[in-house]
Amino acid sequence: MLRFVLRRLLLAIPVLFGIIFVVFALARLIPGDPCRAQLGERATAAVCNDFIHRFGLDQPIPVQFGIYVGQLAHGDLGTSLKFGRPVTDLIIERLPVTVELTLVALLFATVLGILLGVVSASRRNSAVDVVTMFGANIGVSIPVFVLGLVLAWFFAVVLRGTPFALPPSGRLSSGISEIPLTEVWGLTGMQGPLRVLADFVSHMTIFNALLTGQWGPLGDALRHMILPAVALGTIPLAIIARMTRSSLLDVMGLDYIRTARAKGLTERLVVLRHGLRNALLPVVTIIGLQLGGLLSGAVLTETIFNLSGVGRTVTEAITGRDYVVIQGLTIVIAVGYLLINLIVDVSYAYLDPRIRLS
Amino acid sequence: MANTTQALEAPAAARAKPSASLWSDALSRLLRNRLAIVGGVIVLGLLLIAIIGPYIAPFPYQSQDLDAVTLTGGPVAPFRGAHILGTDELGRDLLSRLMDGAQISMTVAMVVQIVVLFIGVPIGAAAAWFGGRTDSFLMRFTDVIYAFPDLLFIILLGVAFRETFFGQAMNGLLLVFVAIGIVSWVTMARLVRGQLLSLKETEFVEAARAIGVSDFKIVTRHLLPNAIGPVIVAVTLGIPSAILSEATLAFIGIGAQAPRASWGSLIADGQNYIRSQPHLVIFPAIAIALALLSFTFLGDGLRDALDPKLKGKQ
Repeated sequence: MLRFVLRRLLLAIPVLFGIIFVVFALARLIPGDPCRAQLGERATAAVCNDFIHRFGLDQPIPVQFGIYVGQLAHGDLGTSLKFGRPVTDLIIERLPVTVELTLVALLFATVLGILLGVVSASRRNSAVDVVTMFGANIGVSIPVFVLGLVLAWFFAVVLRGTPFALPPSGRLSSGISEIPLTEVWGLTGMQGPLRVLADFVSHMTIFNALLTGQWGPLGDALRHMILPAVALGTIPLAIIARMTRSSLLDVMGLDYIRTARAKGLTERLVVLRHGLRNALLPVVTIIGLQLGGLLSGAVLTETIFNLSGVGRTVTEAITGRDYVVIQGLTIVIAVGYLLINLIVDVSYAYLDPRIRLS
Repeated sequence: MANTTQALEAPAAARAKPSASLWSDALSRLLRNRLAIVGGVIVLGLLLIAIIGPYIAPFPYQSQDLDAVTLTGGPVAPFRGAHILGTDELGRDLLSRLMDGAQISMTVAMVVQIVVLFIGVPIGAAAAWFGGRTDSFLMRFTDVIYAFPDLLFIILLGVAFRETFFGQAMNGLLLVFVAIGIVSWVTMARLVRGQLLSLKETEFVEAARAIGVSDFKIVTRHLLPNAIGPVIVAVTLGIPSAILSEATLAFIGIGAQAPRASWGSLIADGQNYIRSQPHLVIFPAIAIALALLSFTFLGDGLRDALDPKLKGKQ
């Protein structure tokens, strides 16, 4: 097992370098003058020269790449041209929003998807099954941004004034604010990696409220999360439901299930204790594969629902030609993606020993 | 007794229709799949609209009916007057614009898959045939592309080349096609590699080698034709995701430039009127969903038809 993990880690290194190189190269190709994109069209030549020199943009491209890799090795992602702040600060502030959105969406998709898949499979060809599977087909065919807009329109415009109305943007209603857990727990003086972790968690509105017992803001944060999470989670939900159904149906045809039935177990026990356990293996892979799609979807969801996560920050940085932010965030997202794939591979190998031996 | 007769008759029946090739067999299985037929008919309809749309559209997609807009003081509502599906805020006929969008979507569907075939098949075939270092180099390369969040990569490409000649070609569409193709070939390369790896060990390949057929010919004449079924299925199922990617990019403002009307940009424009004129979002949304569903049904049907063993699985 350890050898398998080490081999996968070694294989990830060239991939990582490839990613850094591609991101760096593409960010350089973005046309336009970064100085005037940041300081405005009327910036004088002298000001621009100073700007270009300060950020090392006058060095040859290979030298810039060398400098960049060196900085990365020190955990320094550079300083945003636009905000004048370290990219790592931006990440600590905005990545939690994306992570929280993705986690809630994935939770919604997984729980409901497995449930619907099991119900569909155990009542094969019943009305429930047909409706669920047709719904799943439609679910994968609705783009995230369309679903997001329609949900926002329905719950914020059509249902306005009813108890079912839901807020279509932001993380908290105006007038409601949360105290970060670093303050609640008196950690403001803390430094180092633990502080970074504490800040990271405190930017996840739901977790922060949950950990510090701020129930009012918690309810508000949850209400704000419903529409984005449903918009983002529907495609994975449909895929997980389909996968659970077909995988469970396969397993339910096997001999050991017949044995379980023959010894007189109730159908519920047969499905849940014997069938589902083996059927979940491919579902785990599918869930892992969905995470990549969720990251892409998060970019759109954040734009539609006005959440300041990394997705929206990247798209804004692209229009604002903020090279450093584009590079930094793309690398962080790609590395996250790589790690998730690694974890999925490893957990799959753990669940199914045949894989790590081959 | 009855069983014996059947057993004796079965081979005779098989001999009676020797012309039942893989393809005619698959076709008859496909024709029995109702959802796939519906999907196929809608796909054909969309293709037809894409080709002859400009001649049958009620209005040119870019022409503005300023009188109608002035009269209503905004987008014209659907199902009244000359504009069956209404107009946008500039008085452009929505139905005609949707038809132009169909042309963009169908072109994306075709061009992206051509790019995918041209990159994915050779890379997958080379990796499988040469093996060893070539294989691991090519597969690490595909891993790099695969490790990238697709949308982010397309956006980066789109922005990087937006102002070059290449980015301006075909109203900005060529760039989008190529960008989507560049992220999509990975699955194809892996599929072809997997197929060829198992075919490579078969006896007919050994036979071909023994009589001195060149590597290139073995791959192109013997291996690839045997892998064509899964490739066709992958192409068909790749189409909806290409259409979706184009619509998504258009929605965030990359790709087709005004006055061309991609379904995605129609939704982005309609967004501003979602409170008063939701039809501007709803009709393009239906168009996208319909196209995606039809291609998915057709692809699922093709998969079941070409590889009955997989029927009912993902």
